Amino acid sequence: MERNQQLRRQLASMRQSLFDQGHLDEQFILLEELQDDANPNFVEEVVTLHYRDSARLITTIERALEKSPLDFNKLDGYMHQFKGSSTSIGAKKVKAESTQFREYCEAGNGEGCLKTFQLLKRDYATLRRKLEAYFQLARQAGPNEIACRPK
Amino acid sequence: MNLNNDKGSMSTASSSVTVSDQFPAGLRVLVVDDDPTCLRILEKMLGTCLYEVTKCNRAEIALDMLRTNKNGYDIVISDVHMPDMDGFKLLEQVGLEMDLPVIMMSADDSKQVVMKGVTHGACDYLIKPVRIEALKNIWQHVVRKRKNEWKDLEQSGSVEEGDRQPKPSEEADYSSSANEGNWRTSKRRKDEEEEIEERDDSSTLKKPRVVWSVELHQQFVSAVNQLGIDIFHTYAFALMYTTEAVPKKILELMNVPGLTRENVASHLQKYRLYLRRLSGVSPHQGNSFISSHSQEPPYGSLSSLSGLDFQTLAATGQIPAQSLATLQAAGLARSAAKPGLPMPLVDQRNIFSFDNQKLRFGEGQPQHMSSGKQMNLLHGIPTTMDSKQLVNLHHSAQSLGSLNMQASAHGNPSGQSSPLLMQMAQPQSRGQILTETSGGQVPRLPTSVGHPILSNGAAGAMLARNGIGENSRGTGYNSVSQTSSVLNFPLNHSAELPGNSFPLGSTPGISAGMSTLTTKGGFQEEINSDIKGSGGFMPSYDIFNDLQQHKPHNWELQNVGFAFDASQHSNSLQASVDVTPSVLVNQGYSSSQRNVQNSNVSAMGKPIFSVGEGSEHGIALNVGQHLNSLLVDNSTRVKSERVTDTSCQPTLLPQHFGQEDLMSAILKQQQDGLGPAENDFEFDGYSLDNIPV
Repeated sequence: MERNQQLRRQLASMRQSLFDQGHLDEQFILLEELQDDANPNFVEEVVTLHYRDSARLITTIERALEKSPLDFNKLDGYMHQFKGSSTSIGAKKVKAESTQFREYCEAGNGEGCLKTFQLLKRDYATLRRKLEAYFQLARQAGPNEIACRPK
Repeated sequence: MNLNNDKGSMSTASSSVTVSDQFPAGLRVLVVDDDPTCLRILEKMLGTCLYEVTKCNRAEIALDMLRTNKNGYDIVISDVHMPDMDGFKLLEQVGLEMDLPVIMMSADDSKQVVMKGVTHGACDYLIKPVRIEALKNIWQHVVRKRKNEWKDLEQSGSVEEGDRQPKPSEEADYSSSANEGNWRTSKRRKDEEEEIEERDDSSTLKKPRVVWSVELHQQFVSAVNQLGIDIFHTYAFALMYTTEAVPKKILELMNVPGLTRENVASHLQKYRLYLRRLSGVSPHQGNSFISSHSQEPPYGSLSSLSGLDFQTLAATGQIPAQSLATLQAAGLARSAAKPGLPMPLVDQRNIFSFDNQKLRFGEGQPQHMSSGKQMNLLHGIPTTMDSKQLVNLHHSAQSLGSLNMQASAHGNPSGQSSPLLMQMAQPQSRGQILTETSGGQVPRLPTSVGHPILSNGAAGAMLARNGIGENSRGTGYNSVSQTSSVLNFPLNHSAELPGNSFPLGSTPGISAGMSTLTTKGGFQEEINSDIKGSGGFMPSYDIFNDLQQHKPHNWELQNVGFAFDASQHSNSLQASVDVTPSVLVNQGYSSSQRNVQNSNVSAMGKPIFSVGEGSEHGIALNVGQHLNSLLVDNSTRVKSERVTDTSCQPTLLPQHFGQEDLMSAILKQQQDGLGPAENDFEFDGYSLDNIPV
């Protein structure tokens, strides 16, 4: 019990830090609210889905950025997809960067695209790492122990 | 309650509680999104709302699902950006085929995209990330849609996808028809039955269903565009035409094996409804009027008498004095009719030019060469340019004659039939205009019937515009507009009956007789010829009558609708004018007609003319069509209102000149091309005849 409480405190602080550092926004909370008996691990499920799907997009964008005349239309399309997915899990920083990326696409700023994409990849990986750690801890804490706002 | 089926491309996650009487619980939602994360979240959210969720990660699959289970969903939520099929396409297809409410969603919150969604018929647009609060309310769209459907059913009688209440819809439909004075004929009912049948098809599989794939639909749309059918605004017309001539033509243009006219007709109907929904036109517009008028004697509502004349003629089968007068007006005195309306004159010229070729062809007149070529060309499809040029040429060629005509008309404001004849005689002496004109009239009717069917609506719109533009002349034009709508009837009818075009086509023979008469040249003789001509015309009118008898009420409907449009909904009409050009531009042979009309426009009045010249060809075209209808009107109407607006003429004359300048310029450019031009015309005439067949 003692240990479990400690775990939960740790979990809560991890979660809070994700918000404090601007990695997550309220969409994440909305996902948490969707979690119920039917889907006790809904948030993790969705986040896993997101990373599985978005990894493909990241690779695609990376390749597209290697082409010599950049196809900004395509890049914008990919990033739009990526943004939609990131937005839906509340990846705040990544979302901001993908927005920035798309603006550069519109402006035809290849340099800006590349730079932003590096930032994006970094934050994307960071969030992934942190979330994975968080969910792992949450599993240790047991079901129903994930920080849930009272409904 | 097992919801973790996220691996399948689609899966149904029915939430545990589906209590249908606890609406909106159990609302059947189809979610389409290529992004698995979003899809999963939406599924969960919708499930939390107690909706019955089906998810799908591909638009094509979603469409298939919707088709195979037509009544299986209440609402569709679709992402905008999807790799296999654009969300807007899905939206359009759904709007066409099942008429379900569709909610679009995207992370893209730019105004253009949202606007695009709305204009494509999305009932809502959600910005990602979608919040559950937004989803809790989506059932309202279902309710709203059904409510509107009921309205539609009750008031327009058009059967949309009744989804869950096919039976009540039928009943509502029929009862309403009774209330509205039987304006819907048995034929219409038959259509409805067909539609209902079709709805049941998915379950009963009575006949092979045609799946309107995106490609097929695109073919359909391009065919429609080619025909220049303005389904959008003239849905009253479309109501009629969905059943006969237009679907046939579309079918021919599409050239898809296995597709039947009924398929096309049904799809056209849906397409029309779909467009109408997009346009936001209230279903009441035309209908309410109809219902009100239905109580009156059928034609009484039509203020203009031309319609009456027609009727009487047809009914009696005799040629009373009036009818003679009318006929004369129609035949020779068209120009005379113009006192009121200048443009008709020009139109007549054009029309004549069309028919003239035929006549000349038959008579072997020297002016126009290559008769043999004409024959060949008939089969070919003239390019827009050619036809246009041709038209212009003709117009210019005859403009001289028309000038004289106009002058005389100008001088004689009285509007008696005899003076008219006199006027006509003058041109004849100059050239063969008379003969041509006489011959041309009959054929002309079919032509107008064929292509412009829907253009009539556009015409109405234009009229409204005119009225607005020229306040000073407003009254004069208004009256015209009404008449025009009246005139439209006969044309429409002919179009509807497949057989009609033929009799009309046969009239050329009659017209030939007329021409011979006219060749005699004397004024008095001309009168005689006129009479004969009228006799010849009679048959055609009779045909019309038959048509009318078959569908008397449709007639009325249309008329009423148009008059209504012209007078009251001027604003919407203007908007419609803008829209139509795009539709019309694509047309094949009809373009030639339009061009002709174009020239007419210039003659007609300043405002219109400026429109034609300054902005776009397309707009001008619309105007032109309108003019055409006017022309027709004049011919019929002449008797009653011949002398109405003499005041307009002065202005008209100068303008006409201006147009001539234009024409002359064009002429110079295209003097070489006379031969081909004629050919094109020929083609037009023929094609027109063919259409209704």
